[in-house]
Amino acid sequence: MPLDRRVLLKSLTFGGVAATAGAVPALARVRKVAPPRAMGMLYDATKCIGCKTCVVACKQANDMPTEPGPWKESNLYDAPLDLDGKTKNIIKLYREGERTSYVKQQCMHCVDPACASACMLHSLHKDEVTGVVGYDPTYCVGCRYCQMACPFNVPKFEFSKAVPKIVKCELCRHRVKDAAIRGADGFTRYPKGQGPACCEVCPRDAVIYGTRDELLAEAKRRIAAFPGRYFEDRVYGEFDAGGTQVLYLAHVPFEKLGLPKIGNEPVPQTAYAVQEGIYYKLPFLAPVGLYAVLAAVAYRNRRAEAVGAGEKEAKS
Amino acid sequence: MKSWERSDERSKLFEDRGLDRRDFIRICTLAAAAVGLPASVGVKWADAAAKGLKPSVIWLHFQECTGCTESLLRTSHPGLAELVLDLISLDYCETLFAAAGYQAEAALKSAMEANAGKYVCIVEGAIPTKDNGIYCKIAGRTALEMLTEVADKAGAIIAIGSCASWGGIPSADPNPTGAKGAPQVLPGKTVVTIPGCPANPYNLLGTVLQYATFGTLPALDDLARPRFAYGRVIHDDCPRRAHFDAGRFVQQFGDEGHRNGWCLYKMGCKGPATHANCSLKHYCEVDGAWPIGTGHPCVGCTEQSILWSMPIHATVEIQRPMPPDTYPPIKAEQGHVSAVAVGLAGVVGGALAGAGWMAAKKVGDGNEDKGTGPDKGA
Amino acid sequence: MSAHTEFHTPVGGRLMTRPFMVLLAIACVGAISAAYRFMNGIGSVSNLSNGYPWGIWIAIDVVIGTAIGCGGYAVGLLVYILNRGKYHPLVRPAVLTSLLGYGLAVIAVVIDLGRFWSLWKVPIYVWRWSHSPQLEVALCVAAYNLVLLIELSPVLFEKLRSGASSGLRKLAQSGLTFVEKSFVWVLALGLLLPTMHQSSLGTMMLLPGPRMHPLWFTSWLPLLFLINAIIMGLAVVTLEATFSAAAFRRPRETAMLASLSYVGAWIALGWAIFRVLVVALTGKLGYLASGYGIAFIGEVGLLVVGAAMLLSEGRRSQPVWQVRAAILLLLGGAMHRVNTYLVAFNPGSNYSYFPAVPELLITFGIIAAEVAVYVAAVKTFPILRGAVPAKASS
Repeated sequence: MPLDRRVLLKSLTFGGVAATAGAVPALARVRKVAPPRAMGMLYDATKCIGCKTCVVACKQANDMPTEPGPWKESNLYDAPLDLDGKTKNIIKLYREGERTSYVKQQCMHCVDPACASACMLHSLHKDEVTGVVGYDPTYCVGCRYCQMACPFNVPKFEFSKAVPKIVKCELCRHRVKDAAIRGADGFTRYPKGQGPACCEVCPRDAVIYGTRDELLAEAKRRIAAFPGRYFEDRVYGEFDAGGTQVLYLAHVPFEKLGLPKIGNEPVPQTAYAVQEGIYYKLPFLAPVGLYAVLAAVAYRNRRAEAVGAGEKEAKS
Repeated sequence: MKSWERSDERSKLFEDRGLDRRDFIRICTLAAAAVGLPASVGVKWADAAAKGLKPSVIWLHFQECTGCTESLLRTSHPGLAELVLDLISLDYCETLFAAAGYQAEAALKSAMEANAGKYVCIVEGAIPTKDNGIYCKIAGRTALEMLTEVADKAGAIIAIGSCASWGGIPSADPNPTGAKGAPQVLPGKTVVTIPGCPANPYNLLGTVLQYATFGTLPALDDLARPRFAYGRVIHDDCPRRAHFDAGRFVQQFGDEGHRNGWCLYKMGCKGPATHANCSLKHYCEVDGAWPIGTGHPCVGCTEQSILWSMPIHATVEIQRPMPPDTYPPIKAEQGHVSAVAVGLAGVVGGALAGAGWMAAKKVGDGNEDKGTGPDKGA
Repeated sequence: MSAHTEFHTPVGGRLMTRPFMVLLAIACVGAISAAYRFMNGIGSVSNLSNGYPWGIWIAIDVVIGTAIGCGGYAVGLLVYILNRGKYHPLVRPAVLTSLLGYGLAVIAVVIDLGRFWSLWKVPIYVWRWSHSPQLEVALCVAAYNLVLLIELSPVLFEKLRSGASSGLRKLAQSGLTFVEKSFVWVLALGLLLPTMHQSSLGTMMLLPGPRMHPLWFTSWLPLLFLINAIIMGLAVVTLEATFSAAAFRRPRETAMLASLSYVGAWIALGWAIFRVLVVALTGKLGYLASGYGIAFIGEVGLLVVGAAMLLSEGRRSQPVWQVRAAILLLLGGAMHRVNTYLVAFNPGSNYSYFPAVPELLITFGIIAAEVAVYVAAVKTFPILRGAVPAKASS
C-alpha cells in the first residue's frame, strides 16, 4: 500500500534519525559539579622522594598481599609494575635523561566518573557527600565496563581469581568513623587513622588530603609562591576530565607522568548525552513511540493480507 | 731479600717495641689498607720508618674541642698510634706534647726551619677573625698570625674537622668571634679539608700517609675534600638504605621500627645530603659505632649548610634522588601475543572465509543439489 | 500462522553425521576450556588484561554474534513492516539463526563475566538501575531471547501437534493459538528490541571516549551499529538460506535472495557513504594515513566491494555471487564491530592483546555449537521450507 509505506518510511526515518542523532545541543547533559564537602588529595611531584611509604601504608590499611616484581632481585619486595588486583596505590618513576620525577597513581575520584557511569547497578558509585567513588561487589557482575570507561586506567580486575572483584583506591572510606574537622592548618581532616593512609604517612607531605576546595586553594597558593616551578602553572584535575578530586602538581609535563591530556569535558558526556537523549530526556518516548508505530503498521499489514487472502479464497 | 733484613738498626727499632718484622709488615699493611692504599705501600712505610725518613707534621690547635685528636687516638690497633707517630714525625702538637711553654715554641720554630717547604701543617679548630682575631691567642700570638706563619712554609696544609674546614661550632649563629675555617683565612693556598665532627680519623690517615709516601695529595672535590672519603653521600652507602627504598621508616624513637633498625629519614636524618664515609668506615674500629648505627639520625656534621643551620630532627630535601632501576616505569609493557594463537586464529578464520568463498561455487551450480556438508551459514 | 500457502517440514535424516560429530568435538573442546575458566579464573584461559579487559568474547561472540543474529530482525522488518510478503519463507530459519546467535551470545557473556552469579540482579534490582548503555543492552538482549523463543515456538508446537499424546497435541494447539493471537505485539517487540540494543552497542563504545580513536569515535556510532546490524543480518540470511537449501536438498530461493541482496547492497552502500561522510565532514580524513586508516578502509572497502558485486542484475541472480557478496558484507560489517571494540580502543602503547589459544577455543566452540544446533534443529523441527508437499496441509 503506497500511502502506508510513504508514511511509514517518513516516520521511521524521522524517528530513527531523532533517536540516534548524537550530541544535540538542546538535549545536552547538565555538567556535574563536585559536592561542597568533596574530599580529595593533592599530590605534589616536586616534593615526592619516591620512598614508597604510601604504597606500604595502602597495602596495610587495605589488607592487601604483596606482589613480587619481575626483577629477579625483588623476590623479597613488594614491587608491582602497575596498579593491579593487589595494588591500589603505586609510585612510578619517570626518567628521561637527567629529568626525573616520581608520580603517585591511584583513583582520581572524578567529579563525573566514567566508571560509575558505566556500571549497570551502581556497584561503583559516587558518594553524595564526600564524592568518593566507592565499590560494592554485591551488585557487580564483573563485566569490566568500568575498566573500558576509565580514562586513567584505574579500576583493576582480579583476572587470576575464580571469584574476582574490581580493585581500586576508595580513599580509605572503610576507615572513616568520625566526622572530618577543619584543623588549624586549614585542612578538613578525619582523626588520625581514619583518613587516607597514604596521606597520613607521607614523610614529605608530598600528598595531603582535605576538601577539594581547600586543596585547590593550597595548590594555587604554591603556584603563586613559586613561579616557574610548576608545569604550565596549573593544577591537573581542576578542570581535566570535568574535574577530579585528586589533584596533581608537577615540574614535568603531566602526560609524561601518565596523566593524559583529555580536555575538560567529563568522560561520560558524549555517551550519556546520546543515551539519555534517546531514552531518558523525554522518558522512554522514543522506544514506546517506535513500538506503537511498529505494532500499528504490522497490524495494518496483516489485516490487509488477511482480507486479501480471504478475497482470494472466496474467488477460488 | 727485604732491605731492612740486612740492617741491624732497623731490627732494633722493632725489637724495642716487642715486634718482629713480620708483625710490623702486617700492621703497616693493615694501616695502608685501612686508608685505601695498596698493601705494597705498607712495606714502603716500614722501610722508610726504619730508615728514619719520616715527614714532619706540625699540628695546630685553635678553637676546637680536641675531638678530632681524640678520635685519631682511638684508632685502636695495638701500638698503631705510636707507630703512626713514628711513621710521621709529630714535631709540634700541643695536646700530646710533654713539653710546654718556651720549649714547645722552640720545637715549633726549629721544626719549621729544618723542614721548610716539606712539613705537613695540620689545623684543628676554627680561627677567630673578629677584632683582629684576639679571641684565640697562643703564646701571645693570635691564631690567625700563627696559622699564617706556619702555613706559609708548609708543604701541605690539612684542615681536620668541621671547625678547621669551615668554621664548625664556633661559627654557629651568631658567630660572635667571627670564626672561620682555615681555607677561608688562607686565600690562594690549597687547604685539604677533612670535615666531620669529629672527622673520621682514617680520612686524615689516608691523606697524610699518601703525602708521606708519594708526596701527592688525594683527588679533591670543589670544597677541597678528598674524594675517596667525601665523594658520596651517607645515603648512598647507608646500611639502612634498603629500608628507605622499601618505605620502612622510624616514626618515633623507641617504636617498633626503631627497634628493628629502620630508616631514620623521617626522624631528620641528613644522610641524603651529607657527604661523608661514616657509613662505610665506622668509628673506634667498632662495627656499628657511628650515629645511624646507634639509632640516631645523621646530623650532617660535615656540611656547613646543614650542621648548625638545620634543626637536627627536620627532614632534609633530597637534592639528587638517584632512583634505582627497580621503580616501575610510567608505562610498563604488559600483555604478550602468542604466535601459536595468531597462527591458529589466522588459519581458522582464513579457512572459514576461504571455504565459504569456494563453496559458493559449489552451491551455485543451478538447482542441482550437490552440497553434502552441513550448513555453513551461521 | 499466516495466510501464506507455504509450509515447513523437518529435514529429518541421521543426526550424527561425520561433519556433525566434528562440530560437536569442537564444541566439546570449547566447553572444556570454559570449564577450566570457571575453575581457575578468566586470566587462566585468556589474554584479557587490565589494559584490554574486553577481548574476542565480547567483540566477536557477543557483538558480532548478535549482529549475525539480526537476520530475523532484518527479514522481519522487510516482511512485516515493509510488507514484502515474498520473503516470508526466509523468516523461520532466520528466526532460528537469530535465537542461536543471541542465545550463544548470552552463553558467551556468562563465560566472560567475572561475577556471573550476580547476573540475575540486573533485571530484578530495578531501583539500582543506572543510565548505563550496557544496562539497556543487557535487558534488551535478555528480553529479545524470550521474544525469539516465542516467535520460534510454533516450530515446536507444530511438531507436537502431529505427535502421539493427545494432551500434548492440545497444548500445542493452544500454544499456536496464543502465538497467533499475540503475534503483532510480540513481533513489534521483536523489532523494537534489536533497534534499541544494536544501536546501544554503538553507544557503549562512546564511553571510553578519550581512549577511542577519532575515526571510530562519533556520536553517529549508534546509527552506524544499527544499520550495520541490518546489513549483517541480511547477509547471514543469504548465506544460511543458500547453504542449508543446498545441504538439505530444499527448494532454492535464488530469486528471493537476489532481491534481498539488492536491498542489502544499497543499504551497505549507503552505510559506507555515510561513514566516510561523517569522517570527512568532521575533518578526520587525515587519520587515514596511518595503520588505523587500513582498518577503516577495510571495513568500508569490504562493504563497497560486496555491494558492488550485487549491483548488476546478472550477478546477483547467481547464487555464487550472492554468497560471495554476502561473505564480504558479513566480513565488512564484522570488521567495523571488531574495529570499534578492539582496534580503535587504545589503553596505552604498553598494552597489547591477542587472544590466547584457550580463549580462541572457547570462541570456536561457541560457533561450532551454533552451527551444530542449527543443523539439529532443522533436521528435527519444521523450519525449512518443504519440497513438494505430500499433503495439502502440514
